[in-house]
Amino acid sequence: MTALALDGLSVTLGGQRIVDRLAAAVDEGEWVALIGPNGAGKTTALRAVAKLIAYDGRVRVFGDDAAELSRRDLARLVALVPQVPLIPGDITVWEYVRLGRTPHLGFFEGEGRSDNEAVEVALQQLDLVPFARRRLDTLSGGERQSATLARALAQDAPILLLDEPTAALDVGRQQQVLELVDVLRRERGLTVFSTMHDLTLAGQYADRLLLLDGGRLVAAGAAREVLTQALISEHYGADVAVVDAPGSGFVVVPVRSRIGDGADSC
Amino acid sequence: MRLAGAAVFLAAALLTGVLVGPVDLGALNVVHATFAHVFGLHSPLSGADDAILWQLRLPRVVLGAFVGGTLAAAGAAYQGVFRNPLADPYLLGAAAGAGLGATLVAAYAPGSGLAGDLLPISAFAGAAVAVLAAYVLGRSAGAAAGPAALILAGVTIAAFFTALQIFVQQQHVDTVQAVYSWLLGRLSTAGWREVGIIAPYAIASWLILLGHRRLLDVLAVGDDEAAALGVNVARVRLLVVVAATIATAAAVAVSGLIAFVGIIVPHTIRLLFGGSYRMLMPLSIIVGAGFLVFADVIARTIMSPAELPIGVVTAFFGAPFFAVVLRTGRRYA
Repeated sequence: MTALALDGLSVTLGGQRIVDRLAAAVDEGEWVALIGPNGAGKTTALRAVAKLIAYDGRVRVFGDDAAELSRRDLARLVALVPQVPLIPGDITVWEYVRLGRTPHLGFFEGEGRSDNEAVEVALQQLDLVPFARRRLDTLSGGERQSATLARALAQDAPILLLDEPTAALDVGRQQQVLELVDVLRRERGLTVFSTMHDLTLAGQYADRLLLLDGGRLVAAGAAREVLTQALISEHYGADVAVVDAPGSGFVVVPVRSRIGDGADSC
Repeated sequence: MRLAGAAVFLAAALLTGVLVGPVDLGALNVVHATFAHVFGLHSPLSGADDAILWQLRLPRVVLGAFVGGTLAAAGAAYQGVFRNPLADPYLLGAAAGAGLGATLVAAYAPGSGLAGDLLPISAFAGAAVAVLAAYVLGRSAGAAAGPAALILAGVTIAAFFTALQIFVQQQHVDTVQAVYSWLLGRLSTAGWREVGIIAPYAIASWLILLGHRRLLDVLAVGDDEAAALGVNVARVRLLVVVAATIATAAAVAVSGLIAFVGIIVPHTIRLLFGGSYRMLMPLSIIVGAGFLVFADVIARTIMSPAELPIGVVTAFFGAPFFAVVLRTGRRYA
C-alpha cells in the first residue's frame, strides 16, 4: 500500500518556487531518501508533508488528503524529527519523550497506562532508560538526538519523517543512528521518508533515492541508478568518483583533480 | 508531595498574615472565627476583634494570595508561550496601560481619588487595551512566524502608553505622588471589595492555565515541532495569553504594579523542581500566593506603623533569595 503520495507538490516562499511540482510515492515499509545540493528544497518538501508550511498540490497519507486531516489526526500518522530540534533544557528525558503522546490525548485527558508504556518502550529501544530521569541539558549531542528519535517513536505514527538525521554526528554515531532507524523500521513496519546529506549513507540505507535540484525532481530510483558520476557532477557541481566497496555496495568520494594538474605543470 | 509542601507554605503564610498586627487575636481563635464566618456560625472573637479579622486582616491576606498566585501563574505562562525566561506578566504592555488608566483617573477625576471605584476599572481597561493593541500589532507584523513579533509589539505599545502617561502626569503635577505610590504596588483593602474584583478573573485564569499545562510543555519544543505533534500553536498561545493577561489586568487594578513576583516565583520552582508545566503551573499559583502574603506581612510590619510599598519588599527580599537559588540550582544543571 502507498503510505505517502505527493502529487504536484509545490511550495512558494517569498515569491520563489522552492519545491516545484514534486511527485513521488512511498510504499508502506519503504525508506525513501530525498537528496540534492544545498537549497534544492529537500527540507521544505519534508516540512510541507508535515503540514508546517502552505503548499499547492496534494499530499496523501494512506489515501487521505493531508490538507483535510486535522493537525492531531495527521500527527498520529506522521512523526517528524527535525534537523535541529529545539531542546528545552529544564525537563527530563522522560518528560520530553512523553510529549510524543500529545496527539493521542484529548484536551482534558492525562496519559494513561498505554501512553506510559509507549514512552517506556521508546526509551528502551533507544537505550535511554538510564537517562530517563536526567535533564535534557545534561545530555550529549548524540544522546539528545536519540531522545528526539524516542519522542517520535512514542508518537506511534506509521510514517517517520527525518530531516538530515545525521547532520551533527560523527561517523560512528551516524552509522549507529541510521542502523537503528533501519532496525526500528523493520520491527515496527515504519515507513521512512528522510532527507540525507551524505550520499554514501543515503545509498547504503535508503531503498530508493529522489534527487532534487532547484525544487524539481531530476532523478529517482535505486542507489545504483541515481548515484552516478554524471548526475552528481551535473547537479552538485562536484568532482566525485563512485567506487565499489566490496560488501557494502559502493561509496561516493570527492576527487580533487586539480592537484594532479598542478603537479603536471611543474 | 511537592504540592502538599506548597500547600503547607501557603497555609503558614495565610496564618501569619492574619496573626501579625497590632492587636493579638490568637491563632486558634482566628482559625475558629474564620470557619465561623464561612459557615455562618457564632464567632468566638469579641465584636471589635472580629471586625479586625473579618474586615481588615482576612480580606488583605486573601487579596495578597489572589494577586500573588495570579502574577506568578501569569509569569510562568508568558515565559512558556514566548519561550523567553525574562517574560513577565507585564511584557505585552499591561503595566504601561494600567499606569495610563490610573493616571487618567488621578488627573481628570480627582474627586474619586485613588481609593474610588473608578481606578480599578480604569487600570483594568488600560491594561486590556494595551495588550489588545500589542496583539493586533504583533499579528499584523507576522506573529504567526513566531513569538518575537508579539514581544516587539508589546515593547512598542508599552513605550507609547508610558509616553502618554508621563505627558498626562506632567500636565497634572499634583497627581505625581499618588500615581507613584500606586505604581509601586500596595495591598490595601476596603473590606472584601478588592477581593471581589479580582477573584472571578483569577480563578477563571487559573483554571484555563492549569488546563493548558500539558500543552505548555509541548510549546517548549518550538512552534514547528509542537505543530508536528498535533498542537494548534496559535490557538494555544492566544488562549493562554488572554487568560494570563485578563487576570494580570485584574491584579494590577486592585494592587498596582507589584514587580518581580511573576519572574522570581516560577524560576525558583523551575530551579528546584524542574521545568515541566504540569508541576510548575499549580506550584506557581500556590507558592506565588504564599510568597506575596509573606511579603505583605513584611511590608506592613518592618517600618510599622508606616507601610513599605510591597513592590519594594518583593524585590528587596526576592532578589537575594533568587540569587541563592540560582547558584544552588546551577550545580544540578
